[in-house]
Amino acid sequence: MATIAQKPLSAGIRTRSRFSLRSTRGGPGLLRQAVLQALAIFVLLTVLFPIVWVVSLSLDPLNRSRPEGLSIIPSNATLEAYGQVLQRPTNNPISFAELAFNSLKIALSTSLVSVLIGVFAAYAFSRLRFRGRELLMLVILGVLMLPTVATLVPLFVLLNSIRVELPVLGEFNLRQSLLGVGLAIVSGLLPFAIWNLKGYLDTIPKDLEEAAAVDGADVHQTFLRIILPLSLPALAVTGFLGFIAGWTEFYFTSTFLSGSVPNHTLALALYAMVGQFSSTPWSAFSAFAILFAVPPALVYFVAQRWITSGLAIGAVKG
Amino acid sequence: MTATTANPGSLRSRLSRATGGTRSGRAAYLYLVPAFVVMGIITLYPLAFQVWMSFTDMELRHLNLRLGEQPQFLGLENYGNIIASALAIPNYDFLRLIVYNLWWALSNVGIHLVLGVAIALLLNSKGLWFRRFYRAMYILPVVIPPIIVATVWKNVFDRDFGAVNLLLAGAGGFIGLPAEVFQIDWLRQVQSPIEWLLPTWDGGPHLALPLAFYAMLVTNVWLGWPLNSVVATGALQSIPHELYEAAEMDGASSWAKFRHITLAYLRPAMIPYAIYGFVVTFNLFHLSFFMSNGGPEGRTELLVTQAYRLANEQRLYGVAAAFAVIMFFILLAITLVANRMTKATRTYSL
Repeated sequence: MATIAQKPLSAGIRTRSRFSLRSTRGGPGLLRQAVLQALAIFVLLTVLFPIVWVVSLSLDPLNRSRPEGLSIIPSNATLEAYGQVLQRPTNNPISFAELAFNSLKIALSTSLVSVLIGVFAAYAFSRLRFRGRELLMLVILGVLMLPTVATLVPLFVLLNSIRVELPVLGEFNLRQSLLGVGLAIVSGLLPFAIWNLKGYLDTIPKDLEEAAAVDGADVHQTFLRIILPLSLPALAVTGFLGFIAGWTEFYFTSTFLSGSVPNHTLALALYAMVGQFSSTPWSAFSAFAILFAVPPALVYFVAQRWITSGLAIGAVKG
Repeated sequence: MTATTANPGSLRSRLSRATGGTRSGRAAYLYLVPAFVVMGIITLYPLAFQVWMSFTDMELRHLNLRLGEQPQFLGLENYGNIIASALAIPNYDFLRLIVYNLWWALSNVGIHLVLGVAIALLLNSKGLWFRRFYRAMYILPVVIPPIIVATVWKNVFDRDFGAVNLLLAGAGGFIGLPAEVFQIDWLRQVQSPIEWLLPTWDGGPHLALPLAFYAMLVTNVWLGWPLNSVVATGALQSIPHELYEAAEMDGASSWAKFRHITLAYLRPAMIPYAIYGFVVTFNLFHLSFFMSNGGPEGRTELLVTQAYRLANEQRLYGVAAAFAVIMFFILLAITLVANRMTKATRTYSL
C-alpha cells in the first residue's frame, strides 16, 4: 500500500533527477571499473583456489604420495589417478562403479519415496482443513528441527534388532543393509519433503481450484488434475535435494554399514581415503573427490535458478 | 482473494464443500495416512524409544541378542553425567561444547552476513563488466557437496603439503623468511603462529580456542557467503531506484543513502536468513568431523559431532540417547529465540 502512495511522487522526481545523475557520474568511469574488476577478480580467485588446486592434484602422478609444490598443471601431469580410482579406490575390494551404484540406489529410492509420500501430506496441510492440523504440523516441525545425528542411536538399535534367518544367504540384519540405511534416511527426509512441498503449494494461487470447484470437482480431482501437475517443478527440486543428501549421506552409512564392504558407498570410501591411517596418494583422493562431486554439482549448476525458486525452507538438514 | 469477494455467496459454499467441509475433513486424513504411518514407524517411535533408552545403561553388549542381557534402568544418571561433564570419555566437557558451539555459529554467521552483503553490493554496482559471469562463478562453493568441501580443505590446511602453507611460504620467500617458518599444523597445533592476528586461548577445560578454529572458519566462510550474497542480491534488486534519486535531490551523502535506503531494505531479508544460517552452522557436522576431527583435545568438537562419537566410537547408546534429548532442548531454545527475533524484525517492514 505504501508503494502505491509513493508512486506519483517519485515519478515526478525521476524526470528531474535523471539530469543530476548524468552530471555527477560518467567522468572517472574507467578507473572505477578497474577497481571493481580488481575486487571481483580477487573474489573469483578465492572461490576458485581450492577447486583449481584439487583439479591440479588429481593430475599429479600416482607415485608421489604428496604434491611437490603449488602448480596449476603439475610436471608429468597424468590421468592415471582417475584410472586407479575407478578400478579400486580404497583397500577394500570394491570398485568405483559398485560404490556409485550403492550410493545411487540409496539416493534414488529415498528421494523418490519421500517425495511421493510427502506430496499427499503436503496437499492436506496446504489446502484442507481438519482437526489436529496445527498439532500435526508442530510434530513435523519438531522433527525437522532435529539434526540427523539425533535419530542415529534409536534407529541403529531398533533396526539392529530386526534379523531374519534366510535359507541360503544366512542371517539378514536390517541394520547392516542398504534397505535399513534407506529407511533411516527417509525418516529424516520425509518431514523435509512434506514441509518444503507444503511451502511451495502455499504459493500456488487458489484461483484454479476455485474454478474447478465451480465446475464441481471434489478434493481428489483437484489434487490429481490441478495441484499435482502444477507442483511438478517443486517435486523435481525436492527430489533432487533429497537425491544429493542421499548421494553423500554419511551418518547412517558409516554407523550401519562399516562392517559390510559390498554395501559401501562413495561417502564411506572418501572417508577411508582421508582417515587418520590412510596412505592414499593425494592424487587418487583428488580424482575420487572430483568424480564424486561432478554429477550433483553439474545438475545444481545448470538448474540453479530452478532450484532456488522451488526451495521453500532452505536446505536439507545435515 | 479478490475473486472470491466478487461473488461471495455461492462460490464460498462450493469452495467449502470442496476444501473445508466435513467430507474433506475425512479426506484430509486419507492424504495424511501414508506419511504418518511411515513417520510413526521410522521417526516418531524411534524418538520415543530414544527417551526410554536415555534412562538406561544400554551399551554394545546389550545389542547382542543371543546374550539376551537387559539394560539396567538408571533414572536420570546419564543426564547428570553429561551435564556435569562426568563421562568416562577423553576430552569431554559439556560447558566447553556449548560455549564453543555458540561462538562457532555466531562468528561464522557474522562474517557470512557482512561478506555476503559486500559482494552483493559489488556485483550490483552500476555498469560492472562480466556481471553474469561473476555471478555464475561465485555460486560454485554451494554446488559442491559439503563432505567433499570438508575433505578437500583438510588437505588445503595440511602441515607439509597443504596449499595454504605453500602459498604462505612462497609469499614469505619474498621478504626472506625461510620455508620452515610456515610449517604450521593448522588443524592440530594449539598455539597460534601469530598471536595478535589469530588469537588463541587456553583457558582451561571450559574455554579454549585453538588454531583449528580459524582454519575451519576460513573454510566455512568460503562455503557460506555465496548464498548470503544471493539473498542480498534479491533484496537489493527490489529497492526502487526512485528512492536513491529522491535522496540525491535532498543532498544526501553516499553514506546516508547506504544507511537509510540500502540497509533498511536489506534488513528484513537478511535477518531471517542469518537466523536460518545460525541454526545450520550450529549443526554443521562435516567441517568439524572431517577437518579437525574435533581436535586438538576435543576443542573444536560440536554438539553434533560429540553425539555422533558417543554412538559410533564410544558405543554408549544410553548416554548417546540422553545426549540427543539434551540437544533437542538446546535446539528448541535456539529455535524459540530465533522465532521471536524473526517476528520482531517482521514489524520492521517498509
